[in-house]
Amino acid sequence: MIDKTAHELHDLLIKKKISSVELAEKVFLRIESVEPQIKAYITLTKDEAIKQAEAADKRLKENKNVTLLTGIPIAVKDNMCTKGILTTCASKILANYIAPYDATVVTKLKEAGSVIIGKTNLDEFAMGSSTENSGLQITKNPRDLERVPGGSSGGSAAAVAANEAILATGSDTGGSIRQPASFCGIVGLKPTYGRVSRYGLVAFASSLDQIGPLAKDVTDAAILLQVMAGYDPKDSTSVNVPVPDYQKSLTTNIKGLKVGVIKELMGEGISADVKSAIKSAIKKYEELGAVISEVSLPSFEYAVSTYYLIAPAEASSNLARFDGVKYGHRSQEAKDLITMYYNTRREGFGAEVKRRIILGTYALSAGYYDAYYLKALKVRTLIKQDFEKALSNCDVLVSPTSPTVAFKIGEKANDPLSMYLSDIATIPVNLAGIPAISIPCGNANNLPIGLQIMGKAFDEETILKAAYAFEQSTDWHLKK
Amino acid sequence: MEINIEHVAHLARLGLSDEEKKTFSKQLGNILQYAENLNKLDISDISPTSHAILMENVMRDDKVEKCQDIESIMKNGPEIEENMFKVPRIME
Repeated sequence: MIDKTAHELHDLLIKKKISSVELAEKVFLRIESVEPQIKAYITLTKDEAIKQAEAADKRLKENKNVTLLTGIPIAVKDNMCTKGILTTCASKILANYIAPYDATVVTKLKEAGSVIIGKTNLDEFAMGSSTENSGLQITKNPRDLERVPGGSSGGSAAAVAANEAILATGSDTGGSIRQPASFCGIVGLKPTYGRVSRYGLVAFASSLDQIGPLAKDVTDAAILLQVMAGYDPKDSTSVNVPVPDYQKSLTTNIKGLKVGVIKELMGEGISADVKSAIKSAIKKYEELGAVISEVSLPSFEYAVSTYYLIAPAEASSNLARFDGVKYGHRSQEAKDLITMYYNTRREGFGAEVKRRIILGTYALSAGYYDAYYLKALKVRTLIKQDFEKALSNCDVLVSPTSPTVAFKIGEKANDPLSMYLSDIATIPVNLAGIPAISIPCGNANNLPIGLQIMGKAFDEETILKAAYAFEQSTDWHLKK
Repeated sequence: MEINIEHVAHLARLGLSDEEKKTFSKQLGNILQYAENLNKLDISDISPTSHAILMENVMRDDKVEKCQDIESIMKNGPEIEENMFKVPRIME
């Protein structure tokens, strides 16, 4: 039962073939059996989940306020605030933090009647591409326990891939939804910047962060996005534009769809296995009647440099709030205020977070601001312009989501630059603020490969349509 | 490329061990050296993008609203007294 998608389970729930409580209990049984190996969750909320499932069953029984998510078990990334429940960001500095309010996304999930199973592991404060930077635990890739699940939403991706949840929320600053989806063989969508409210998402890099769905198939991703999306007065960066009916865009007729293949992401640095899977996917699109062309986005050469100046700069500013005063860890070794700050932050933050705070502070500091931060903001303009140009001639752009399949735990842990370079395909999308989805499109040695489909700002419909058409004519999303 | 780690760590109020200073110095040096590739571009005429979408100030109506309950906010404080956060003495 738990290997089914949310839309399949919805049918069973409304036909009363299963109950929501029964479904939640099955998920917790599964968690009991696989979680000791996978370690996807930081916190499990079984008591609350069963109560939510009972309430969902009541709604289903009375046929009142039933949504597509009513009674569906979902996991929440642990950087989204949940009232009365730990929100740790996988950091020692927040290990005991209990949010006094729900993130808007969490409120929406609750209103839809979904059942929140628990909070999932991540790279500390979402900084990383493997979930190895979690300050609390290491999550394994369900497809191969010696490998990373990707990151930073590695816990959410692993939970969905291992059937420890039916759906999950993720956040994506430089690929943190799409890359773990790719590594774990599931679907992950980063919506347009401004599409989903970030109220209650613990900020990492405010001009780049966006919340989105992780799911077993494209239909489920569309269903979860539908619930998440929309203007929120509590988030001044959320955009007040109408939210279309995403399920309506799920059609298989893509005749004439203009698909651009990004030249810069099909060359050097992309592994042969990945390249050949992407080429087969492009061939499939051609068979489906899409019009394929090659596009060049020369500024991509500078995307990693640009991102790893902007994101740490914003992070160093956002993380200044962790000072040991109002919440979180406070060092006991403090004689005065300044040593309290020093020691609290030294004890509370892990290595990658410290690295980025130093890098970001440096890039913003007097004498270096123009040379690093301002320069990066200007190159960001070039990247955005390259996308605009390419997307004026194409409906969607495609590339690999990641240059390789999931790598081994520990493989890149001591070489931050090589870890950063692995984000090359996903980073430009955040810098430009456009939407993108990763879907399974192949395997190499039984490890999944993801196809990234990018679209115009606020046009999630077209990437969903392109993803759905591919999924319906292949069976990569069914491989376990 | 050499970062004055000591100075930057002070700006960030971030305590680092000697080991960390050494490791970060090397790693960040490598990263900044990589970022030198930005110098290949002529960007003198390009304006910076700080947000991907157009941002404007958002104002809300000036009306009284109920605050979140004080108790659940205060109980996260590492040291509190009568709804106040305690910190080490800041003035002699």
